[in-house]
Amino acid sequence: MRIALFVTCVNDTVFPDTGRAVVRLLERLGHEVVFPEAQTCCGQMHYNTGYRREAQRLAVSFVKTFSDADAVLVPSGSCAAMIRDNYPRLGETGSPLDREVAELAPRVYDLAELLVDALGVVDVGAYFPHTVTYHPTCHGLRVLGLGERPYTLLRAVRGLELRELDGATECCGFGGTFAMKNAEVSSAMGWDKARSVATTGAEVLCAVDNSCLMHIGGVLNRQRSGVRVMHLAEILASTEEEPARI
Amino acid sequence: MSRTFVGMPDFPTAAAEATRDPQLRHNLREATHTIRDKRDSAVGELDDWAQLRAAGKAIKDRTLRHLDVYLEQLESAITAAGGTVHWAADADEANDIVTRLVRDTGEREVVKVKSMATQEIELNNALERAGINAYETDLAELIVQLGDDLPSHILVPAIHRNRAEIREIFLRTMAEWGVPAPENLSDHPEALAEAARVHLRRRFLDTKVAISGANFAVADTGTLVVLESEGNGRMCLTLPETLISVVGIEKIVPSWSDLDVFLQLLPRSSTGERMNPYTSTWTGPAEGDGPRNFHVVLLDNGRTDTLADEVGRQALRCIRCSACLNICPVYERTGGHAYGSVYPGPIGAILNPQLHGTSGPVDASLPYASSLCGACYEVCPVAIDIPEVLVHLREQVVSGSGHAMEKATMGAAGWLLNDGRRLGLAQRALGAARSMIPRRAPGPAAAWTDTRDLPEIPERSFRRWWRDRANGGEGGQP
Repeated sequence: MRIALFVTCVNDTVFPDTGRAVVRLLERLGHEVVFPEAQTCCGQMHYNTGYRREAQRLAVSFVKTFSDADAVLVPSGSCAAMIRDNYPRLGETGSPLDREVAELAPRVYDLAELLVDALGVVDVGAYFPHTVTYHPTCHGLRVLGLGERPYTLLRAVRGLELRELDGATECCGFGGTFAMKNAEVSSAMGWDKARSVATTGAEVLCAVDNSCLMHIGGVLNRQRSGVRVMHLAEILASTEEEPARI
Repeated sequence: MSRTFVGMPDFPTAAAEATRDPQLRHNLREATHTIRDKRDSAVGELDDWAQLRAAGKAIKDRTLRHLDVYLEQLESAITAAGGTVHWAADADEANDIVTRLVRDTGEREVVKVKSMATQEIELNNALERAGINAYETDLAELIVQLGDDLPSHILVPAIHRNRAEIREIFLRTMAEWGVPAPENLSDHPEALAEAARVHLRRRFLDTKVAISGANFAVADTGTLVVLESEGNGRMCLTLPETLISVVGIEKIVPSWSDLDVFLQLLPRSSTGERMNPYTSTWTGPAEGDGPRNFHVVLLDNGRTDTLADEVGRQALRCIRCSACLNICPVYERTGGHAYGSVYPGPIGAILNPQLHGTSGPVDASLPYASSLCGACYEVCPVAIDIPEVLVHLREQVVSGSGHAMEKATMGAAGWLLNDGRRLGLAQRALGAARSMIPRRAPGPAAAWTDTRDLPEIPERSFRRWWRDRANGGEGGQP
């Protein structure tokens, strides 16, 4: 399959390893990855903070960039949710944006959905000999409804021991601009989440959203916990020949 | 005069203070997790919960769409049953009506059934100004009233108090208000409940006027419905001679068959019970049974303005169950007082700015009192998409004056992000400056770095790596 990668602005700028892992994983599975260079940002930050017009402009640009794609991979749960759940609210009913979004949105996938639903693969041939716990980020959990998919993918990784995370479905407290506007509450939530993560004894905290991982990881680092945060793509890209460093 | 929420600081300020109170954090965590778990199992028992939820949403939407018709139907039915209907456009009007009705009875004391509408309009203070004492009879409302405190939860207004604190309040204050607490009062729940029962018993028997709200008002029969757990409501609704009920205009359901749906949704969502212990219904006065004089005050107080907003009107579906408070990770850490209103938590964050507008500092800050995690929407028994309304209200806040710095930043970010080449250039600049980014940032960024490390900025963005790889450049392997 020919898969268009919308890497997201945060991954592009701050977490390029996730994008590289996605490319490596999909090419290993025999698929072609393309990266349309006109891409920028889904507009989630603008939309969630109340800047609807700016978000609309970015939505128009996204739709234009990806309208021809067979499948669009978005390796960020909240950005995929922005496109699928919020883009339909951005265009007036019957407007060009509204029509184009309705046409494109069903072909937009998060990584776990792409692998399990579109490509029909659970065992991606990965090797990752470490203890891992998984945080189901809010948009992946409640908007995309990823359910068991990420766990199924992780359980199929050779060498990986999955540890259950207490209070897994509770928000980590990132919430985009919430982390700045209500920094104390955001931190209190982050510290509680980090405590649950540390209690599992896992070496690695995994999620499908690097924004949440940046927040929880920022706390884990500050606490000198020694727990490493990794995007699902980086674990699935890891093989015996080229193991991911932790 | 009882305390009010007037003059409270904005949400971030009050919330920050609350997060530093370990006792409060502990009390809230224990309480919200207990109710949360009970709700989960009560809801999990039903195979048709999703259908019930959809039905509750549909009934409320239909009723709100034809609210004018149902309100007149309700008025006719109540009048035909021998009650009197009064219309109140705002809190002042409602308070004036109730004060006048109590004065007309010649009484100076009233007993109250727990009621959000009367809390919303601060009725107790209005009555006090007129020389009338209002006594709360719900256990948690009593704790708040005796402690000269503010409610912090819709269902459990004293949720921020633990039993040791409640014992102390009872010992210190009950004697001033009436029957004192026993000197050897322990902090066992049974002992505290017994002290409250003894304290309240005389009140129920002596007081001639009661004031209630209503969970539902059935339009075709003119019946009001109150759900409660302690029996205090049943006492107030049956023993006094005069009953005055203050009811928000959105509390209407068209018929008893519609009520059926909500009598399943509400107890399971609020207390996590299959059925609440007391469900009282009353349809006008009846000879030789219950109050002889019956008044209903139908309250608008911002509700028709809310109804006019196509996105925001779904907040009027709310049946005040509190499931959104109990599940909310923000509420769990801040408690209810930080929301500056009798309606705290996620529902308060969308209801208050709509009922009052967003011009005040507290109401303007409430739409941001959420990480948009969506847990509230998931548990809401009438499917109010709270995150959707929060974002909608944020749009209203930023379209007003102020937020100059944020608008400039968002505008600049929008410009930068609207072009792949511009973003690429900015990433190069950031990559080059990466060693200069401090571990603890000054200014606004300190909000992040006070408690969290920043991620390391990579030298090369993904987009640059992709281009290098396409050109066969170094490090081209993915």
